[in-house]
Amino acid sequence: MNFKKILPQLLTLVVVILVFGFFSYNAQVNMENRGITFGYGFLSQESSFDVQFSLIEYDGSHSYLRAYLVGLLNTILVSVIGIVFATIIGVVVGIARLSSNYLIERTAAIYVEFFRNIPLLLQIFFWYFAALRALPLPEKAEPMFGVFFLTIKGFFVPAFVWNNLDIFIYSVIAAIIAIFFVRAYAKKKQENQGIQTPVLLISIGLLIILPLLSFLLGGVNASIEIPVIEQLSKTSFTYKGGLKLPPELISLALALSLYTATFIAECVRAGVQGVSKGQKEAAASIGLTPNQILKLVVMPQALRIIIPPTTNQYLNLTKNSSLAAAIAYPDLVLVFAGTALMQTGRAIEIVSITMLTYLTLSITISIFMNWYNNKIAIKEK
Amino acid sequence: MNKLNFLSPDKNNLYAYLYSGIGLFSLSILIVFLNSFFSLDLTSFLPGTISYFLPLIIGFMGLHLIRIEYSGIKFLDIINKNINTNKFNALLSLLIIFAVIKSLPPLLSWFIIDANFAGDSKDACSGSGACWAYIKTWFNRFMYGMYPNAEQWRINLSFIALAFLGGVGFFATEKFKKYLTLYYVIIYPIIAFLFIFFFISGGPIFFDFSYGIIAAVISIIIGFFIPSKFKMYYFLIIPITIYILLKYVFFYEELIELGKIQAFEWVETGAWGGLSLTFIVSFFCLIFCFPVGLFLSLGRRSDLPIIKYISIGFIEFWRGVPLITVLFMSSVMFPMFLPEDMFIDKLVRVIIAISLFEAAYVAEVIRGGLQALPRGQYDAAKSLGMGYWKMHIFVILPQALKLVIPGIANTFLALVKDTPLIFVVGLLEIVGMLNLAKTNPEWLGFAMEGYVFASIVFFIICYAMSKYSYNLEQKYKTER
Repeated sequence: MNFKKILPQLLTLVVVILVFGFFSYNAQVNMENRGITFGYGFLSQESSFDVQFSLIEYDGSHSYLRAYLVGLLNTILVSVIGIVFATIIGVVVGIARLSSNYLIERTAAIYVEFFRNIPLLLQIFFWYFAALRALPLPEKAEPMFGVFFLTIKGFFVPAFVWNNLDIFIYSVIAAIIAIFFVRAYAKKKQENQGIQTPVLLISIGLLIILPLLSFLLGGVNASIEIPVIEQLSKTSFTYKGGLKLPPELISLALALSLYTATFIAECVRAGVQGVSKGQKEAAASIGLTPNQILKLVVMPQALRIIIPPTTNQYLNLTKNSSLAAAIAYPDLVLVFAGTALMQTGRAIEIVSITMLTYLTLSITISIFMNWYNNKIAIKEK
Repeated sequence: MNKLNFLSPDKNNLYAYLYSGIGLFSLSILIVFLNSFFSLDLTSFLPGTISYFLPLIIGFMGLHLIRIEYSGIKFLDIINKNINTNKFNALLSLLIIFAVIKSLPPLLSWFIIDANFAGDSKDACSGSGACWAYIKTWFNRFMYGMYPNAEQWRINLSFIALAFLGGVGFFATEKFKKYLTLYYVIIYPIIAFLFIFFFISGGPIFFDFSYGIIAAVISIIIGFFIPSKFKMYYFLIIPITIYILLKYVFFYEELIELGKIQAFEWVETGAWGGLSLTFIVSFFCLIFCFPVGLFLSLGRRSDLPIIKYISIGFIEFWRGVPLITVLFMSSVMFPMFLPEDMFIDKLVRVIIAISLFEAAYVAEVIRGGLQALPRGQYDAAKSLGMGYWKMHIFVILPQALKLVIPGIANTFLALVKDTPLIFVVGLLEIVGMLNLAKTNPEWLGFAMEGYVFASIVFFIICYAMSKYSYNLEQKYKTER
């Protein structure tokens, strides 16, 4: 046996075990002294605290597990909103940075340099405490397009009221599955016979027709509920009906998407610049149209460079959404690692569950990304 | 003279197109300018919507008329190439120009014209502009937090000393440069930490550490003149001797107790704050996370399975969780893991937590550099008979670290931007102090000024760092 290889490993292992042993021994002693027993049984107890904003039904009589779910869903909600907007802004700004127009290029560059050099927390505070506080009170708000009300108490938008929502959702899912089949069929047809099928048109048609059918035949109907002002007391007004987006959610989503968009813009720019000019020229010389060049030659190569760092940014955005705790948006960290921890005093269990949740989220996405990367990697001989 | 065709300008009637185009373009800018600076509406005789879009239409026509390729006029060609290549670009350029002109007056009036600079109470701030008197009054707090005013020279002095210590590398001769990596990775972090931490917190404990540092510095300076044959024995004996001499002969403890040499006033870490705390936290995390990250990255690429998997687990764990939960852990969970009588200061816990967190990111960046090196470098080093450490210190790391300068700079930037998060454990650096000042009943309603001020401060710091890293990258770029 090679002594030089065994010894350092053994030493590391011993040190790690000792450190863990030391910590867990102390934790045991400390918990015994405080009369706490370790365990996750408290999750089913009644939580008896309220949450400002939740996607599922929740009040104090529900369990801690339910509170955890509320927090998790709120985290996912703000992350999804942030990711959508960050991607849109990021792609636009990234392309603007490549523009031949000096003014556009500079504007995009100033935006990127400015927003990514200011801490995210400061931006969240700025939107929440300074910018959104300048909005009008509910009774003084001017409607936008007659139905949107942007007030200091939140953004009130019209909501859909559905009948038989499930049938509508099934029809959309059916449309998406059908599109996949059409694509596979079109690809096979092109490979075997060289005939191209207008996939895009068929897809759009499917997406419109199937949900429409569900309206006509499936008994689905939707009406729009417009927020109406209501007086709570002499000086306090609010809007009833419709959907209310709380200012915490707006400022958090705004800050997250503006901040992350700068990084996505840089990824997009690097990706498009990474496709060599020769590729475009070669494609043009074999007679492809500019649209085909973009679709078949430039984008596949650019996406290969763009997607991995962009996914990283999505992950960062999700993790950064935990800054919600600073402005009291009820996300996972605030609801669970904040309020629930204060009430139960179970630091180890709650912090470990919170960390494990984020860890699972990141590891799942990175495993998926590794798989995707391997799939699209250029296979050289 | 050819006929003028205004739909497709060409070179034949260059000046006719040029004068009419520039005239229209200037007119459109003039309209917007007068409208925004003097609220004068030249086009008020037109119906609302047309009046609103008129500058855009006129400017668009103007830009269309001067879009003449290869006109032979250098200035015109530059304009056409940069802002006026086609209709869409012309429209976007116009929109940007108008937006800038429109947004200038409100910004100027808020920042400068209507702003209040003088005064030291809320009453001085009337009017619609910013209240810079607020920043002026609170400036000391934004910089130093709750640190006592009379003792603030200690913070200033430690930063100067720090810059001095760091500057050693700048003036070192070639001969010592090869030892400098060792100095920056191992000795400098420890000395800087002990010095700053105990100097700023003060108290009698400061002296013990300062003796140690003085002893170390003196012995290193003398060490340069000792023949290398005796160096080992020298460094074993002399520093301890100097330390004992300093402690018990020159400044023995009775002198301190008698009050002849007064110890500094003890300032607990909870009182530190403001921008100086931002610097302290980011500086310490920066110097600690680098060596830890370096070893982690080497561990991850090691052949030894146990070390490899421990490193991977460690790195992936820290990279998978948000910093705010790490700080939560350091404040509520970590004390449970310590013996009851053992207490670690809040600030130290935060610094350890952030350092470990950032070390995982630094490790991944350095791993990228290590992977980018061709195998031949390893093989060549091995064929010269170098061992693992010699190979890494003299061949692999100098090249790999050069490659990852931008990545490491980005990680450090992220670190600086993450420091405001320490509000979670109740430490108030500049953003935290802003939130505190905002709730002061005598200064309500100045949130905007505070955040704008902090944004500018952070922007300057981070922008300077990113530009510096860019320069560094250019400097160390080697042809491969």
